[in-house]
Amino acid sequence: MPLLARVYVTPKRGILDPQGKAVQSSLHALGFAEVQDVKVGKYIELELRDAEPQAATARVRAMCERLLANGVIEDFRVELAEERR
Amino acid sequence: MRWGVVVFPGSLDDRDTLRAAGRVLGDEAVALWHKDRELGGVDCVVLPGGFSYGDYLRCGAMAKCSPIMEAVARHARDGGLVLGICNGFQILCEAGLLPGALVRNRSLSFVCDLVTVRVEATDTFLTQGCRAGEVLELPVKHGEGCYVADEDTLATLERERRVVFRYTDRAGRPTPEANPNGSLANIAGVCSAGRNVVGLMPHPEHAVERLTGGVDGLNLFRSVQAWVTRGRAVPVAAAPG
Repeated sequence: MPLLARVYVTPKRGILDPQGKAVQSSLHALGFAEVQDVKVGKYIELELRDAEPQAATARVRAMCERLLANGVIEDFRVELAEERR
Repeated sequence: MRWGVVVFPGSLDDRDTLRAAGRVLGDEAVALWHKDRELGGVDCVVLPGGFSYGDYLRCGAMAKCSPIMEAVARHARDGGLVLGICNGFQILCEAGLLPGALVRNRSLSFVCDLVTVRVEATDTFLTQGCRAGEVLELPVKHGEGCYVADEDTLATLERERRVVFRYTDRAGRPTPEANPNGSLANIAGVCSAGRNVVGLMPHPEHAVERLTGGVDGLNLFRSVQAWVTRGRAVPVAAAPG
C-alpha cells in the first residue's frame, strides 16, 4: 500500500531559535501582537511504497533519528496517511 | 608526516588546508575524495570548511553519510587524529564524533571577521605547541557557528577540560562582545573524550602567512606535526574484535 509520511521537525525546547524570534518580532511589527512564541522548523514528505503502516512508522522514526532530525537540537513528529493519487 | 584532507562536494577550504600542511609546513598532504573508503595511511585527517552538499537539510548532515566517514570514524576510534574546521566541525558533530551541534548564528547574520580565541587546553595534538591561555587571532566565516549542547554535556565538557578554544577579547576575557555567533560559554572548539578528535569554527589554515592574514594558525599546524613526528604518544584504544 502506498503511504505518505509527513515529518515535522521542530527546534527542541530550550534550544535557541533565533529565526523564530526574528519572525515573532516581524509579526509584532505587522500588528499581530497576540503572537507569544514562534518556532520555525521543517516539513518533510516521504512517499513510501509497499509499506505496512506499523512497520512504516518504525522505519520513518529511524530515518528521523539517523538523518532527518538532529536529536541534539530538534524534535520530530511523524504522521502517516494513505496516499491518494 | 602525512596529512589527508577530505574533499566533499561543496568543500571550499580543502586547497588552503592542503597548502598550509604541504607548501607552508613542508609535509606530505593528500586530498581524499569523499567516496573513498580508506584514508590511505594518513596520520591526521582534516575535514575542511565549506558548504558540503550545499548545507542541505542541516550543515554537515549529508556529509556524515559519505562513504569516507566510516573510515574517519574507525580512525577516530583507533586513536587517530581527526581535525574538523568550520563545516568540518559541523560534520563531526553531526556524525556523533564530537558532542553538541552548531546552529544558526544568534544574530541571524553570516559573520566574516577576524576573531580572537583563547587556548583553553594545551594537551591536544592541535594545541600542544601553544601556551595555556594564549590568545590567537584567526578568521571566522560562517552562518551556523553557534555552539549548543544540553546542560549535562556542557558540564561534562568543562569538567573534562574538553573546551579547546573560547572566543575572548585580546586580554583573554570571554565577553559577549567577543562572541561572534552566540555560542554557549563562548565555545569556539571542543575535543573528544580521547582528545584525538578536535573541531573548531575559526580557520587556522587561513592564518599561516604574514602576507595573508597573520600566522597564528601556523602554530596549530606545527603542533600536529610535532605530535606525530616526535612520536608523541597517540592514545590507541584497544581495537575491538
